[in-house]
Amino acid sequence: MPRLVIDGKTVVAKEGTFLLQAAREAGIDIPTLCEHPAVEPYGGCRMCLVDVTRPEWDGWSKMVVSCLFPVEDGIIVSTKSERVMNTRRVVIDLLLARCPNTPLVQKMAAEYGIEKTSYVQNPEPTDCILCGLCTRVCDEMGTSAISSSSRGAGREIAPPFNEPPPDCIGCLACAEICPTGFIKYETSNSKRVIWNKEFEMLRCPTCGRGHITKAQAAWHDGKVPGRYFEQCDACKRKAQAAMAVTLMGGSQIR
Amino acid sequence: MRIESKQAFEEAVKAATALNEKRTREIMVCCGTGCLANGSQAVADAFAQRIGDLGLDVKLSLHAKTTGCHGFCERGPLVVLKPEGILYTKVKPRDVDEILEKTVGNGEIIPRLLYRNPENRQPIEKYEEIPFYKHQVRVSMRNIGRIDPASLDDALAHGAYAGMARALFELTPEQVIAEVRESGLRGRGGAGFSTARKWDATRKAVGERKFVLCNGDEGDPGAFKDRSIMEGDPHAVIEGMVIGAYAIGAREGYVYVRDEYPLAVHHMNLAIEKAKERGLLGKNILGTGFDFDLKVSRGGGAFVCGESSALMRSIEGKIGEPRAKYIHASDRGLFDLPTALNNVETWSVVGQILNQGGAWFASMGTKKSKGTKSFSLVGKVKNTGLIELPMGTTLRHIIFDIGGGILKNRPFKAVQTGGPSGGCLPADKLDLPVDYEVLSENGSMMGSGGMIVMDDRTCMVDVARYFLNFLIDESCGKCIPCREGLKQMLHIFDDLVEGRGKPGDIERIERLCKGMQLGSLCELGKSAPNPVLSTLQYFRDEYEAHINDKVCPAGMCRELTTYKINHDPCTGCHMCTRVCPTDAISGKPKEKHAIDQQLCISCGSCFDVCPEEQCIVFLPKKDIGGAHATAGN
Repeated sequence: MPRLVIDGKTVVAKEGTFLLQAAREAGIDIPTLCEHPAVEPYGGCRMCLVDVTRPEWDGWSKMVVSCLFPVEDGIIVSTKSERVMNTRRVVIDLLLARCPNTPLVQKMAAEYGIEKTSYVQNPEPTDCILCGLCTRVCDEMGTSAISSSSRGAGREIAPPFNEPPPDCIGCLACAEICPTGFIKYETSNSKRVIWNKEFEMLRCPTCGRGHITKAQAAWHDGKVPGRYFEQCDACKRKAQAAMAVTLMGGSQIR
Repeated sequence: MRIESKQAFEEAVKAATALNEKRTREIMVCCGTGCLANGSQAVADAFAQRIGDLGLDVKLSLHAKTTGCHGFCERGPLVVLKPEGILYTKVKPRDVDEILEKTVGNGEIIPRLLYRNPENRQPIEKYEEIPFYKHQVRVSMRNIGRIDPASLDDALAHGAYAGMARALFELTPEQVIAEVRESGLRGRGGAGFSTARKWDATRKAVGERKFVLCNGDEGDPGAFKDRSIMEGDPHAVIEGMVIGAYAIGAREGYVYVRDEYPLAVHHMNLAIEKAKERGLLGKNILGTGFDFDLKVSRGGGAFVCGESSALMRSIEGKIGEPRAKYIHASDRGLFDLPTALNNVETWSVVGQILNQGGAWFASMGTKKSKGTKSFSLVGKVKNTGLIELPMGTTLRHIIFDIGGGILKNRPFKAVQTGGPSGGCLPADKLDLPVDYEVLSENGSMMGSGGMIVMDDRTCMVDVARYFLNFLIDESCGKCIPCREGLKQMLHIFDDLVEGRGKPGDIERIERLCKGMQLGSLCELGKSAPNPVLSTLQYFRDEYEAHINDKVCPAGMCRELTTYKINHDPCTGCHMCTRVCPTDAISGKPKEKHAIDQQLCISCGSCFDVCPEEQCIVFLPKKDIGGAHATAGN
């Protein structure tokens, strides 16, 4: 197993893991904005930059994003070197100019000593930090209903042609993974609206709660046992518990 | 007929050569993109039609063909007559009869159509004697302008596929890599990575399939060498890729061409089809049992798709965005399989290296940069076009001997090399030998081989701003430093050129550049600060003048500059009044003229056309004072 040194601490990492994971498992914190355990690493936010060197490199080091850098035996990692901190400061300062009112960004900027951006503030502040978590989780769901559109400064997250996305199943994965609450939706027991697309809810026959969209149930059809989505999770758990109690001899359920 | 043995290949070459030798008189009409835009297709059609009208015996010896780019685009349409090698420039369809009658019929030269030396107005007959061509050494472009890119036989007669035949019939894959290693060939896309090392790593990588790719996504402003190679000699690219695939053990390949290059796409497809028909590509190449299939993949025109990982995502059908490259493409490239990606120009010299030997190629160039390099020479030089020279040639030789010096003999100010990732080099760097190391050490880079020459009427702050403006649309926007950094950098530069610069701006620029260089995901963002940093390094005084004095020393930033007509030298020629777009210049012909500062938009058109010395002058807007200084606000 690769042995490496992170901020002076010797760490034994699992083969095939990335540096970020190895550092976190060793209790060393590295900031991230686009990382999430549910999806593949992306390398977009650049906050997890670290310095990597080897004794034989004679003082030369390279900067890498730890979320995508595979651990190697014998490397020496510095997560808080001066240039790492300076670069992160530039990055979060730039992001603060784009998202001046977003608490997540404000908080991280404050950790780097920035209260107000030193750049020109976005005249149309947004909460979207373009971390790509929503599009990646949508891809991994297998639906790929939303995506990034346009390039460069005009980049945004959008459904195709900014119309209600035909492939969206209303699962809310994008909204739930969004770290800033930028993706808005409305949901009730009868209907749900996200990305301007309206969904009919499947209601739990036991409690009457609308717990999943019919489109999502149809999407999972055949991938999960027959009537899996008929009841909501809460009622399913209750029924299972009741059955367990019955099997164990029938004492009371509270 | 398919060529299925060494002997059959030699016979095919012999037959093609014999056919060419019968054609004692060849008329080569340049039909590269530049000449086509100047109407060369009509010239080619006129030749074909006139020759078609002639008798059969004449037709066998007289042959007109369309070729790829001759390189001297600004003089197009170009026509070269073999065997003498006479070059006619700016040929019109109406000149065709005269050329056939006088030059072809009687061996008589038509002086009107000859190139004239801009120095002494002397006509030059032969194309090898023209300074623009005389100093060049062509390897990657050896057949461009000589062959009809649509004819495989013509290519065979000019030595195409000879290197491939040698590799397949005589060498093992390891020996092919050794030959390329000896040549010292480095990637011509700009980064200059050793081609042999890349191939070797891909060969040794484990994967059930392997790929070779050709990067034809050339997108730098002012660069067009890859386009010309694909348009003018697509067989050189195919030959190189077959050799590379054989060396690596790949059976599949793609040529990634941007869709804005329709002629390159067309000629590449045509050449692939013809090569497959003849057994030079596809299954069982030349009967050796080696299979290699090649396809053209068209790019949608995103500049960032020239970046290797983005290019591969684009071929896969995904969004063309770069990803981290901590695992090399030689291990996990296209479809996560071992892949060797090289630039068009790199592939195009491989055949020659195998044909003439690695030592021959290595005999040209400098210690670490071997062989020749193509450049697109553009900007304020007298001769613009495509050139190829041994590495180590000085900038002065390129700009003054081949380029013929600066337009209107104005002073040279800087040359921008390497496109948006490169930098500007000032006059005291003119004697530098051009190679990968020297350019990098001096704050620029080889890049795509674009070379933009600038005269004293170029504002270096504005040049840096131009490249930022280009990149802000071309950044993919995936990572924060590149996407947001370019936007903020452009804000600062807009302030500088519009007179809102403030003390501390230079330091802010430098800090942001550093953050982008260290923080960006791919080379686009990492190198985006280069035009800014190199102009800051060599022309810091211009930045300071914009910030501290609100003056543009080159007189190009409109918000900071105004124009004035000095009465003494003014002859009343009226040229300025004709070009002024806002009718700001008053004065009757033969009388003194004057500019109305309220109407003037400082476009500089009058300055550019004025034939008199010191007649129209530019001066800082603030020096005019009073109401004039605020004119236009």
